[in-house]
Amino acid sequence: MVYFVTQTLNGLFSAALLFLIASGLTLAFGVMRIVNIAHGSFYMLGVYVAYTVATRTSSLLAGTLVAVIIVGAVGFLMQRLFLRRFASQPLAQMMMTMGFALVFRDAALMIWGGDPFTLTTPGWLAGSMEIGAIVFPWYRLFVIAVAALVGVGLWIINERTLIGARVRATVDDPEIAAATGINVARLSGGVFAVGAALAAFGGVMGGPILGGYAGMDFELLPLAFVVVIIGGMGSLKGALIGAIVVGMIDNFGKALVPELSYFTLFAPMVLVLALKPTGLYGRA
Amino acid sequence: MAERSVGRQWRLPLVVLFAAFLLVSPPFLSAYWVGLLTQVVILGILAMSLDLLIGYTGLPSLGHAGFFGVAAYGVGILSTTYHAGFWTSVAGGLAIGTGLAALFGLIVSHVRDVYFLMITMALGMVLWGLSFRWIPVTGGDNGISGIPRLETLVGLPAAGPIPFYYVALFVFALCMGLMTLLVKSPFGLTLQGIREHEPRMRSLGFNTWLHGYLSYVCAGAFASVAGIMWAYYNGFVSPTYLDLTASSELFLMVTLGGPATLVGPVIGAGAIVILKNVMSAYTARWLLILGIVYIVTILWAPQGLWNLGQRRRA
Repeated sequence: MVYFVTQTLNGLFSAALLFLIASGLTLAFGVMRIVNIAHGSFYMLGVYVAYTVATRTSSLLAGTLVAVIIVGAVGFLMQRLFLRRFASQPLAQMMMTMGFALVFRDAALMIWGGDPFTLTTPGWLAGSMEIGAIVFPWYRLFVIAVAALVGVGLWIINERTLIGARVRATVDDPEIAAATGINVARLSGGVFAVGAALAAFGGVMGGPILGGYAGMDFELLPLAFVVVIIGGMGSLKGALIGAIVVGMIDNFGKALVPELSYFTLFAPMVLVLALKPTGLYGRA
Repeated sequence: MAERSVGRQWRLPLVVLFAAFLLVSPPFLSAYWVGLLTQVVILGILAMSLDLLIGYTGLPSLGHAGFFGVAAYGVGILSTTYHAGFWTSVAGGLAIGTGLAALFGLIVSHVRDVYFLMITMALGMVLWGLSFRWIPVTGGDNGISGIPRLETLVGLPAAGPIPFYYVALFVFALCMGLMTLLVKSPFGLTLQGIREHEPRMRSLGFNTWLHGYLSYVCAGAFASVAGIMWAYYNGFVSPTYLDLTASSELFLMVTLGGPATLVGPVIGAGAIVILKNVMSAYTARWLLILGIVYIVTILWAPQGLWNLGQRRRA
């Protein structure tokens, strides 16, 4: 029982990180039809930048802010300078992001080296919660809470504000949205930048536990993709459900059959695709 | 299609030139360059097989290295763990690669475009994860080494770089011939029709699902052939054969060379293999270069080298 509760909480922690990362991926896809291979790189760059800043200033908060801003700016520039000229050419856009993913991967290796590291957990979140026999680190709970807050924030923006309405309209049909006067190009840049920043934020939030290491970008990417495939591309609600499904399965899979850890993702993906090829909340 | 006019007259002489070079040059080259040419023809098979999907059927697969890698693992496991003979290993590798394509095809053949891209990538990474973590069977990160060298084949000596190269070249020519027949056949023309306008093909009465599915399985089978050759060429297999970098290198070979031409992807494979090996003498930053080549290709030669000088397809 204790084992089960602990693993469930661990699964929720993974789900929290996956939601932060995949929400940006799914929104970028919904608005621009971009399959962003560089999304894992944003996650990786977030950890690395935060690490550099946090070791200099010994403040994780400063590291987080700088990482989110820098990676968001990188995403914005990438969209503005490179992806925008290939609007409505999904294949060219994908290959462009693939090129950037490879460049980022090698640049990170060049700048930061290949040694793994972890970010320091802030002092006030050190230690563990203890309820009976269940021991669970405060920091993980904190990440779950933060992701929940971000989720609520995104939901409010998406459902209750004018910007959100524009985003939803563009997800539904970019051409009609543009015809109604929505500046789709500007909106796309914004969504892409926010997505990149969220991925970086996810990286930093996971940093004290998962840390940074060479190859983390491509290791995460399929997980984020499976979340989006299961949840449906372009849907925040889908990203949430997908993140919980993938987080749980990945976590229990790793704990129970470590040899088959990636393989466990296969089943839910196949199941969803067989029943609903566009994902749970995706539109055809 | 009539839009292909400019530069077309150079194609045939160039193909003849390349073919003559591949056939005649090895005895005059060093073992290093014969090795590179062997890599080019094997990866050429792989790139052509992906071209069936990307170029001819319009299905952009980002997990295609998976079949290549799985077939290589099939050969590795059969010939080391089970000490199977050459033909058994080849048949096993081909069967597992093609069988997997037949299985995955059932999952991916209902989706198109970017959905296809994402799902094939996820499936490819599932295979990579399996090769990386299923240590008792695959050896994990170390891979499987000690695949016996090819000594003789149908009574002919096949040991050494040059005989092996000619074996590879023969397989390459065979595969290229088969794939050319395939794309020129009514089946292949139907695939191109699906690429251009699937609903129209469906309303004409074609079973577009079945066509897409079969092209996926064929592509998987040819990729398996390449994987088998690659396993014998290197004598070992490792998870790097089927990771995302491998699939993206492969994707670049097709795009850089020119999709829907078969010859183009071989040229792309040649360009990437030679660039990779030449650059490795100067720098360890191969991925950086690969990424830049990717970006430059998309910006300036999105139709591929083999289609340069020809008007864009609408």
